[in-house]
Amino acid sequence: MNRKSDIKKAFISTIPVFAGYIALGFGFGVLLSTEGFGALWALFMSITMFGGSMQYAAVDFLADAISLAEAAVMTLIINARHLFYGISLVDKYKGSGLKKIYMIHALTDETYSLVSSDVMPKGIKDKQFYYFIVSLLDHCYWIMGCTLGAVFGTNVTFNSEGIDFVLTALFLTIFVEQWLSSKDHASAIIGVVCAVLCTALFHENMLIPSMILILLSLVVLRYVRRGKLDGK
Amino acid sequence: MESNTLHSVLLVLVMALVSFLLRAFPFIVFTGKKETPKFVVYLGKVLPYAIIGMLVIYCVKDISFAAAKDFLPYIIAGTVVVILHVWRRNTLLSIIAGTLSYMALVQFVF
Repeated sequence: MNRKSDIKKAFISTIPVFAGYIALGFGFGVLLSTEGFGALWALFMSITMFGGSMQYAAVDFLADAISLAEAAVMTLIINARHLFYGISLVDKYKGSGLKKIYMIHALTDETYSLVSSDVMPKGIKDKQFYYFIVSLLDHCYWIMGCTLGAVFGTNVTFNSEGIDFVLTALFLTIFVEQWLSSKDHASAIIGVVCAVLCTALFHENMLIPSMILILLSLVVLRYVRRGKLDGK
Repeated sequence: MESNTLHSVLLVLVMALVSFLLRAFPFIVFTGKKETPKFVVYLGKVLPYAIIGMLVIYCVKDISFAAAKDFLPYIIAGTVVVILHVWRRNTLLSIIAGTLSYMALVQFVF
Protein backbone atom coordinates (compact mmCIF):
# COMPACT_ATOMS: atom_id res chain seq x y z
CA MET A 1 0.00 0.00 0.00
CA ASN A 2 2.82 2.38 0.98
CA ARG A 3 4.72 1.41 -2.11
CA LYS A 4 1.74 2.13 -4.34
CA SER A 5 1.58 5.72 -3.18
CA ASP A 6 5.36 6.13 -3.66
CA ILE A 7 5.07 4.76 -7.20
CA LYS A 8 2.25 7.17 -7.94
CA LYS A 9 4.29 10.11 -6.64
CA ALA A 10 7.31 9.01 -8.69
CA PHE A 11 5.13 8.78 -11.79
CA ILE A 12 3.76 12.30 -11.30
CA SER A 13 7.28 13.71 -10.74
CA THR A 14 8.53 12.11 -13.94
CA ILE A 15 5.74 13.26 -16.30
CA PRO A 16 7.87 16.12 -17.71
CA VAL A 17 10.74 13.69 -18.28
CA PHE A 18 8.25 11.40 -20.07
CA ALA A 19 7.37 14.16 -22.55
CA GLY A 20 11.00 15.17 -23.02
CA TYR A 21 12.42 11.66 -23.36
CA ILE A 22 9.76 10.47 -25.80
CA ALA A 23 10.48 13.48 -28.02
CA LEU A 24 14.29 13.38 -27.73
CA GLY A 25 14.40 9.57 -27.85
CA PHE A 26 12.23 9.57 -30.95
CA GLY A 27 14.62 12.00 -32.62
CA PHE A 28 17.51 9.71 -31.77
CA GLY A 29 15.71 6.65 -33.15
CA VAL A 30 14.98 8.43 -36.44
CA LEU A 31 18.60 9.58 -36.76
CA LEU A 32 19.91 6.10 -35.97
CA SER A 33 17.66 4.40 -38.51
CA THR A 34 18.72 6.79 -41.27
CA GLU A 35 22.27 5.46 -40.72
CA GLY A 36 21.00 1.93 -41.26
CA PHE A 37 20.71 0.82 -37.64
CA GLY A 38 17.20 -0.38 -36.82
CA ALA A 39 14.96 -0.72 -33.79
CA LEU A 40 17.02 -3.50 -32.17
CA TRP A 41 20.01 -1.18 -32.07
CA ALA A 42 17.93 1.63 -30.60
CA LEU A 43 16.69 -0.78 -27.92
CA PHE A 44 20.19 -2.11 -27.23
CA MET A 45 21.76 1.35 -26.99
CA SER A 46 19.01 2.95 -24.91
CA ILE A 47 19.14 0.09 -22.38
CA THR A 48 22.93 -0.08 -22.05
CA MET A 49 24.12 3.50 -22.61
CA PHE A 50 21.14 5.59 -21.48
CA GLY A 51 22.35 9.09 -22.19
CA GLY A 52 20.94 11.72 -24.52
CA SER A 53 23.89 13.63 -25.92
CA MET A 54 26.05 10.52 -25.74
CA GLN A 55 23.70 8.45 -27.89
CA TYR A 56 23.29 11.22 -30.46
CA ALA A 57 27.08 11.40 -30.78
CA ALA A 58 27.28 7.60 -30.92
CA VAL A 59 25.25 7.55 -34.15
CA ASP A 60 28.20 9.16 -35.92
CA PHE A 61 30.68 6.89 -34.16
CA LEU A 62 28.80 3.81 -35.35
CA ALA A 63 28.41 5.14 -38.88
CA ASP A 64 32.14 5.94 -39.07
CA ALA A 65 33.11 2.72 -37.23
CA ILE A 66 35.65 4.54 -35.05
CA SER A 67 38.03 2.49 -32.91
CA LEU A 68 37.11 1.21 -29.44
CA ALA A 69 39.79 3.40 -27.84
CA GLU A 70 38.46 6.51 -29.58
CA ALA A 71 34.95 5.63 -28.44
CA ALA A 72 36.13 5.29 -24.83
CA VAL A 73 37.86 8.69 -24.92
CA MET A 74 34.88 10.42 -26.56
CA THR A 75 32.55 8.95 -23.93
CA LEU A 76 34.85 10.22 -21.18
CA ILE A 77 34.72 13.73 -22.66
CA ILE A 78 30.99 13.87 -23.37
CA ASN A 79 29.87 12.38 -20.05
CA ALA A 80 32.61 13.78 -17.78
CA ARG A 81 30.13 15.89 -15.79
CA HIS A 82 28.58 12.67 -14.48
CA LEU A 83 31.77 12.13 -12.45
CA PHE A 84 30.44 14.70 -9.99
CA TYR A 85 26.74 13.88 -9.92
CA GLY A 86 27.19 10.93 -7.59
CA ILE A 87 28.81 13.12 -4.93
CA SER A 88 25.36 14.40 -3.93
CA LEU A 89 23.96 10.88 -3.81
CA VAL A 90 26.61 8.87 -1.96
CA ASP A 91 24.67 9.12 1.30
CA LYS A 92 21.18 9.09 -0.24
CA TYR A 93 21.83 5.83 -2.08
CA LYS A 94 23.76 4.26 0.81
CA GLY A 95 22.62 0.76 1.72
CA SER A 96 20.17 0.33 -1.11
CA GLY A 97 21.92 -2.89 -2.21
CA LEU A 98 21.51 -4.13 -5.76
CA LYS A 99 19.08 -1.33 -6.57
CA LYS A 100 22.02 1.05 -6.15
CA ILE A 101 23.92 -0.43 -9.09
CA TYR A 102 20.91 0.09 -11.32
CA MET A 103 20.29 3.63 -10.02
CA ILE A 104 23.92 4.51 -10.77
CA HIS A 105 23.51 3.19 -14.31
CA ALA A 106 20.32 5.24 -14.77
CA LEU A 107 21.75 8.52 -13.42
CA THR A 108 21.07 11.01 -16.22
CA ASP A 109 20.83 14.81 -15.98
CA GLU A 110 17.06 14.60 -15.67
CA THR A 111 17.04 11.82 -13.07
CA TYR A 112 19.73 13.70 -11.14
CA SER A 113 17.59 16.84 -11.13
CA LEU A 114 14.71 14.88 -9.61
CA VAL A 115 16.62 12.89 -6.96
CA SER A 116 19.47 15.20 -5.90
CA SER A 117 17.57 18.17 -4.58
CA ASP A 118 15.40 18.11 -1.53
CA VAL A 119 12.54 19.29 -3.71
CA MET A 120 10.40 16.19 -3.54
CA PRO A 121 6.70 15.36 -3.25
CA LYS A 122 5.46 15.32 0.32
CA GLY A 123 4.76 12.15 2.25
CA ILE A 124 7.14 9.71 0.59
CA LYS A 125 7.35 6.53 2.70
CA ASP A 126 10.51 4.92 1.36
CA LYS A 127 12.85 7.47 -0.24
CA GLN A 128 15.26 4.96 -1.76
CA PHE A 129 12.36 3.09 -3.32
CA TYR A 130 11.09 6.40 -4.72
CA TYR A 131 14.55 7.19 -6.19
CA PHE A 132 14.62 3.71 -7.72
CA ILE A 133 11.19 4.06 -9.34
CA VAL A 134 12.06 7.54 -10.69
CA SER A 135 15.24 6.07 -12.27
CA LEU A 136 13.36 3.09 -13.69
CA LEU A 137 10.48 5.15 -15.13
CA ASP A 138 12.86 7.65 -16.76
CA HIS A 139 14.80 4.76 -18.30
CA CYS A 140 11.58 3.16 -19.60
CA TYR A 141 10.44 6.42 -21.22
CA TRP A 142 13.82 6.78 -22.90
CA ILE A 143 13.80 3.18 -24.19
CA MET A 144 10.26 3.68 -25.53
CA GLY A 145 11.12 6.94 -27.27
CA CYS A 146 14.31 5.62 -28.90
CA THR A 147 12.73 2.39 -30.07
CA LEU A 148 9.55 4.02 -31.41
CA GLY A 149 11.69 6.52 -33.32
CA ALA A 150 13.66 3.73 -34.97
CA VAL A 151 10.49 1.74 -35.78
CA PHE A 152 8.46 4.54 -37.28
CA GLY A 153 11.38 6.62 -38.46
CA THR A 154 10.44 9.37 -40.81
CA ASN A 155 7.01 7.84 -41.62
CA VAL A 156 5.39 9.60 -38.72
CA THR A 157 5.18 13.32 -38.65
CA PHE A 158 3.37 15.07 -35.87
CA ASN A 159 3.78 18.71 -35.16
CA SER A 160 5.84 18.49 -32.01
CA GLU A 161 8.11 21.41 -32.80
CA GLY A 162 9.27 22.94 -29.55
CA ILE A 163 8.42 20.00 -27.28
CA ASP A 164 12.10 19.65 -26.34
CA PHE A 165 11.61 22.84 -24.31
CA VAL A 166 10.02 20.57 -21.70
CA LEU A 167 13.47 19.63 -20.34
CA THR A 168 14.52 23.28 -20.20
CA ALA A 169 11.28 23.99 -18.32
CA LEU A 170 12.01 21.07 -15.97
CA PHE A 171 15.46 22.38 -15.03
CA LEU A 172 14.21 25.96 -14.79
CA THR A 173 11.32 24.98 -12.51
CA ILE A 174 13.63 23.00 -10.22
CA PHE A 175 16.02 25.94 -10.22
CA VAL A 176 13.24 28.34 -9.15
CA GLU A 177 11.92 25.87 -6.57
CA GLN A 178 15.39 25.45 -5.06
CA TRP A 179 15.81 29.21 -5.03
CA LEU A 180 12.52 29.72 -3.19
CA SER A 181 13.10 26.97 -0.67
CA SER A 182 16.63 28.01 0.29
CA LYS A 183 17.99 31.14 1.92
CA ASP A 184 21.51 30.66 0.62
CA HIS A 185 21.73 31.40 -3.11
CA ALA A 186 25.53 31.40 -3.41
CA SER A 187 25.78 27.97 -5.04
CA ALA A 188 22.91 28.61 -7.48
CA ILE A 189 24.49 31.90 -8.56
CA ILE A 190 27.91 30.24 -8.90
CA GLY A 191 26.39 27.59 -11.20
CA VAL A 192 24.73 30.12 -13.49
CA VAL A 193 27.66 32.55 -13.63
CA CYS A 194 30.23 29.81 -14.31
CA ALA A 195 28.03 28.31 -17.03
CA VAL A 196 27.45 31.67 -18.73
CA LEU A 197 31.18 32.47 -18.62
CA CYS A 198 32.12 29.07 -20.04
CA THR A 199 29.47 29.30 -22.75
CA ALA A 200 30.95 32.62 -23.84
CA LEU A 201 34.44 31.10 -23.90
CA PHE A 202 33.89 27.51 -25.03
CA HIS A 203 30.47 27.56 -26.75
CA GLU A 204 29.05 24.05 -27.15
CA ASN A 205 31.94 22.53 -25.16
CA MET A 206 30.96 24.44 -22.03
CA LEU A 207 30.06 21.53 -19.76
CA ILE A 208 33.48 20.31 -18.62
CA PRO A 209 34.99 23.78 -18.03
CA SER A 210 31.77 24.78 -16.22
CA MET A 211 31.98 21.76 -13.90
CA ILE A 212 35.63 22.51 -13.09
CA LEU A 213 34.99 26.22 -12.50
CA ILE A 214 31.96 25.40 -10.31
CA LEU A 215 33.99 22.97 -8.17
CA LEU A 216 36.80 25.50 -7.75
CA SER A 217 34.36 28.28 -6.87
CA LEU A 218 32.58 26.11 -4.30
CA VAL A 219 35.92 25.23 -2.71
CA VAL A 220 36.85 28.91 -2.53
CA LEU A 221 33.39 29.77 -1.15
CA ARG A 222 33.80 27.27 1.68
CA TYR A 223 37.30 28.52 2.45
CA VAL A 224 36.17 32.17 2.52
CA ARG A 225 33.14 31.46 4.70
CA ARG A 226 35.16 29.34 7.10
CA GLY A 227 37.67 32.14 7.49
CA LYS A 228 34.81 34.47 8.38
CA LEU A 229 33.37 32.04 10.92
CA ASP A 230 36.74 31.44 12.56
CA GLY A 231 37.32 35.17 12.78
CA LYS A 232 34.23 35.72 14.91
CA MET B 1 28.34 -12.44 -36.77
CA GLU B 2 29.67 -10.18 -39.45
CA SER B 3 32.79 -8.32 -38.34
CA ASN B 4 31.16 -4.90 -38.88
CA THR B 5 28.24 -5.85 -36.67
CA LEU B 6 30.59 -7.24 -34.03
CA HIS B 7 32.56 -3.99 -34.04
CA SER B 8 29.34 -1.98 -33.63
CA VAL B 9 28.24 -4.14 -30.69
CA LEU B 10 31.65 -3.72 -29.05
CA LEU B 11 31.49 0.06 -29.61
CA VAL B 12 28.15 0.29 -27.84
CA LEU B 13 29.41 -1.89 -24.97
CA VAL B 14 32.56 0.22 -24.54
CA MET B 15 30.54 3.46 -24.49
CA ALA B 16 28.07 1.91 -22.03
CA LEU B 17 30.87 0.71 -19.75
CA VAL B 18 32.67 4.08 -19.69
CA SER B 19 29.34 5.87 -19.05
CA PHE B 20 28.66 3.55 -16.12
CA LEU B 21 32.14 3.94 -14.63
CA LEU B 22 31.87 7.74 -14.75
CA ARG B 23 28.54 7.61 -12.95
CA ALA B 24 29.85 5.07 -10.44
CA PHE B 25 33.10 6.89 -9.63
CA PRO B 26 31.99 8.80 -6.50
CA PHE B 27 30.24 5.71 -5.14
CA ILE B 28 33.40 3.64 -5.59
CA VAL B 29 35.71 6.24 -4.00
CA PHE B 30 33.45 7.07 -1.07
CA THR B 31 32.47 3.55 -0.21
CA GLY B 32 29.73 2.89 2.31
CA LYS B 33 31.98 1.42 5.00
CA LYS B 34 33.79 4.59 5.97
CA GLU B 35 32.12 7.81 6.96
CA THR B 36 31.91 10.21 4.01
CA PRO B 37 34.51 13.01 4.39
CA LYS B 38 33.04 16.32 5.58
CA PHE B 39 34.27 18.12 2.52
CA VAL B 40 32.42 15.70 0.24
CA VAL B 41 29.26 16.06 2.31
CA TYR B 42 29.54 19.82 1.81
CA LEU B 43 29.98 19.44 -1.95
CA GLY B 44 27.11 16.98 -2.13
CA LYS B 45 24.84 19.51 -0.45
CA VAL B 46 25.73 22.56 -2.54
CA LEU B 47 26.41 20.93 -5.92
CA PRO B 48 22.77 20.33 -6.95
CA TYR B 49 22.06 24.08 -6.82
CA ALA B 50 25.02 24.88 -9.04
CA ILE B 51 24.52 21.93 -11.41
CA ILE B 52 20.83 22.69 -12.02
CA GLY B 53 21.82 26.30 -12.75
CA MET B 54 24.44 25.04 -15.18
CA LEU B 55 21.93 22.72 -16.90
CA VAL B 56 19.50 25.61 -17.39
CA ILE B 57 22.24 27.57 -19.16
CA TYR B 58 23.26 24.46 -21.12
CA CYS B 59 19.71 24.15 -22.47
CA VAL B 60 19.66 27.73 -23.75
CA LYS B 61 23.30 28.00 -24.87
CA ASP B 62 22.39 27.81 -28.58
CA ILE B 63 20.03 30.78 -28.52
CA SER B 64 20.83 33.25 -31.23
CA PHE B 65 20.20 36.93 -30.68
CA ALA B 66 20.32 37.70 -34.40
CA ALA B 67 16.56 37.90 -34.86
CA ALA B 68 13.68 38.36 -32.41
CA LYS B 69 12.08 35.06 -33.46
CA ASP B 70 15.20 33.19 -32.34
CA PHE B 71 15.22 34.33 -28.74
CA LEU B 72 11.79 35.75 -27.88
CA PRO B 73 10.05 32.35 -27.55
CA TYR B 74 12.70 31.29 -24.98
CA ILE B 75 12.42 34.56 -23.05
CA ILE B 76 8.62 34.57 -23.00
CA ALA B 77 8.19 30.88 -22.17
CA GLY B 78 10.97 31.08 -19.58
CA THR B 79 9.25 34.03 -17.93
CA VAL B 80 5.97 32.09 -17.90
CA VAL B 81 7.71 29.24 -16.07
CA VAL B 82 9.34 31.51 -13.48
CA ILE B 83 6.29 33.68 -12.74
CA LEU B 84 3.90 30.75 -12.64
CA HIS B 85 6.19 28.83 -10.34
CA VAL B 86 6.76 31.69 -7.92
CA TRP B 87 3.01 32.23 -7.86
CA ARG B 88 1.63 28.67 -7.61
CA ARG B 89 4.67 26.52 -6.64
CA ASN B 90 3.18 23.67 -8.68
CA THR B 91 6.05 21.95 -10.53
CA LEU B 92 3.96 20.11 -13.10
CA LEU B 93 1.81 23.16 -13.88
CA SER B 94 4.87 25.38 -14.42
CA ILE B 95 6.52 22.89 -16.75
CA ILE B 96 3.43 22.07 -18.82
CA ALA B 97 2.30 25.70 -19.17
CA GLY B 98 5.84 26.79 -20.08
CA THR B 99 6.25 24.06 -22.69
CA LEU B 100 2.82 24.62 -24.27
CA SER B 101 3.44 28.35 -24.52
CA TYR B 102 6.84 27.72 -26.09
CA MET B 103 5.33 25.29 -28.63
CA ALA B 104 2.54 27.74 -29.47
CA LEU B 105 5.07 30.55 -29.90
CA VAL B 106 7.41 28.67 -32.27
CA GLN B 107 4.58 27.05 -34.25
CA PHE B 108 2.06 29.86 -34.61
CA VAL B 109 3.51 33.20 -33.60
CA PHE B 110 7.11 33.43 -34.77
